[in-house]
Amino acid sequence: MLEFEPFYLTFKLALTTTIVLFVLGVPLAYWLAFNHTRWKVLPEAIVGLPLVLPPSVLGFYLLMAFSPQNVVGRFLESFFDIRLVFTFPGLVIASVIYSLPFMIQPLQSGFSMVPVSLVETAYTLGKSRFTVLTRVLLPNMKAALISACVLSFAHTVGEFGIVLMVGGNIAHETRVISVVIYDEVEAMNYQQANVYSSILLIFSFLVLVSVYTVNRKMQKVHYQS
Amino acid sequence: MIAINVTRKLFGANGVLDLHFETTIANGELVTLYGPSGAGKTSVLRMLAGLLKPESGSIRIDGDVWFDSATAINVRTQDRGIGVVFQDYSLFPNMTVRGNLEFALQKGQSVKIVDDLLELTQMSNLHDKKPAILSGGQKQRVAVAMALVRKPRLLLLDEPLSALDSLMQSKLQDYLLQVHSQFKLTTILVSHDVTEVIKMSKRVLIMENGQVVKDGAPLEALPLDGLRFVERDGKLP
Repeated sequence: MLEFEPFYLTFKLALTTTIVLFVLGVPLAYWLAFNHTRWKVLPEAIVGLPLVLPPSVLGFYLLMAFSPQNVVGRFLESFFDIRLVFTFPGLVIASVIYSLPFMIQPLQSGFSMVPVSLVETAYTLGKSRFTVLTRVLLPNMKAALISACVLSFAHTVGEFGIVLMVGGNIAHETRVISVVIYDEVEAMNYQQANVYSSILLIFSFLVLVSVYTVNRKMQKVHYQS
Repeated sequence: MIAINVTRKLFGANGVLDLHFETTIANGELVTLYGPSGAGKTSVLRMLAGLLKPESGSIRIDGDVWFDSATAINVRTQDRGIGVVFQDYSLFPNMTVRGNLEFALQKGQSVKIVDDLLELTQMSNLHDKKPAILSGGQKQRVAVAMALVRKPRLLLLDEPLSALDSLMQSKLQDYLLQVHSQFKLTTILVSHDVTEVIKMSKRVLIMENGQVVKDGAPLEALPLDGLRFVERDGKLP
């Protein structure tokens, strides 16, 4: 029988991750887009690491860091009574790190696409950096905002390796759809695995179609202006 | 009065240019900056606007120091109280015409000036339209109006009409002259159009290789061969 809870957990994880990533991603992408120091390549490389690193590698190091037997995990547990390994909050932190480039890179390129003269004009009108960010930059990069959020959400829905490493397979806590599919295949319930997989496949396809449609529409508006 | 004396190395397609710009401009004066591409005209404007930092020198306006390398003063663009009109209009595409002007309002400033400027620029009937549907001339009128909202101490116009056809240029030149006589703003207009310089200003600063090489009335300071071109077909020498 199809379980509802893994879907709920997956979407809760993806939504929480996307919100956290957006809040962290806007200032970080802003800094990367407008900072011209040569050291910028270091944070850029760190942000891009999850693109090339196997999720199991990232998951392994996070598992080590979160473990109560190590410094970070011990500190969090003894000072804040927080345990991150095999818990939903730990999974959110791992997902945020894993999906970081999917939020940062579209936002960074969105910031760079807004003409510099618009920003400079706003400064000549006496507007602060924050006003320029909220009234000029973000409203004129809607396609990038939508792409970044949708891709981060979809990427989190589809993650498996890091979920298994950091979250384990704990019902009601960290058992998301990708883990359930793995379980069903292990138990040779291919029919059930197929149902879960089809739902994920259709979802991912629809997400990409919607992103491309929005981008197309936005580009047309941009071209007309 | 504006007193400017600044230097800076500029790196361009023609190599390194040592810019050294020194002049004074009286309050309410409209001065044109004329010269070939790459002479440093736009860089001077950007330094006055605070968008480009000089390496040394000073910029003072009515006793206020905007920049002084000796005392490390460099007032932010936001705090200079200037109005700038760029060649590419630079209107905010996400806002309507009225929205663009209202965005330029300063804290506590009455919204009445927006209506006044919409009327002056004859844009009242298009106030609820986005910039994308406006013609080049209409966009530039909105850009000028937007620069005037905060009642700037200095108006900087960087070849604002060069992207327009000659009929529209002439109309907007008349409009800029009307704005200047009405608001009495100290104005610097960058232009590489001889006819525009003659029509718009009583004083031109001619720049070459980063230096002011002539300063005077346009008919006396502009190169004679340039004027012959004006007489013949009104084009740039």
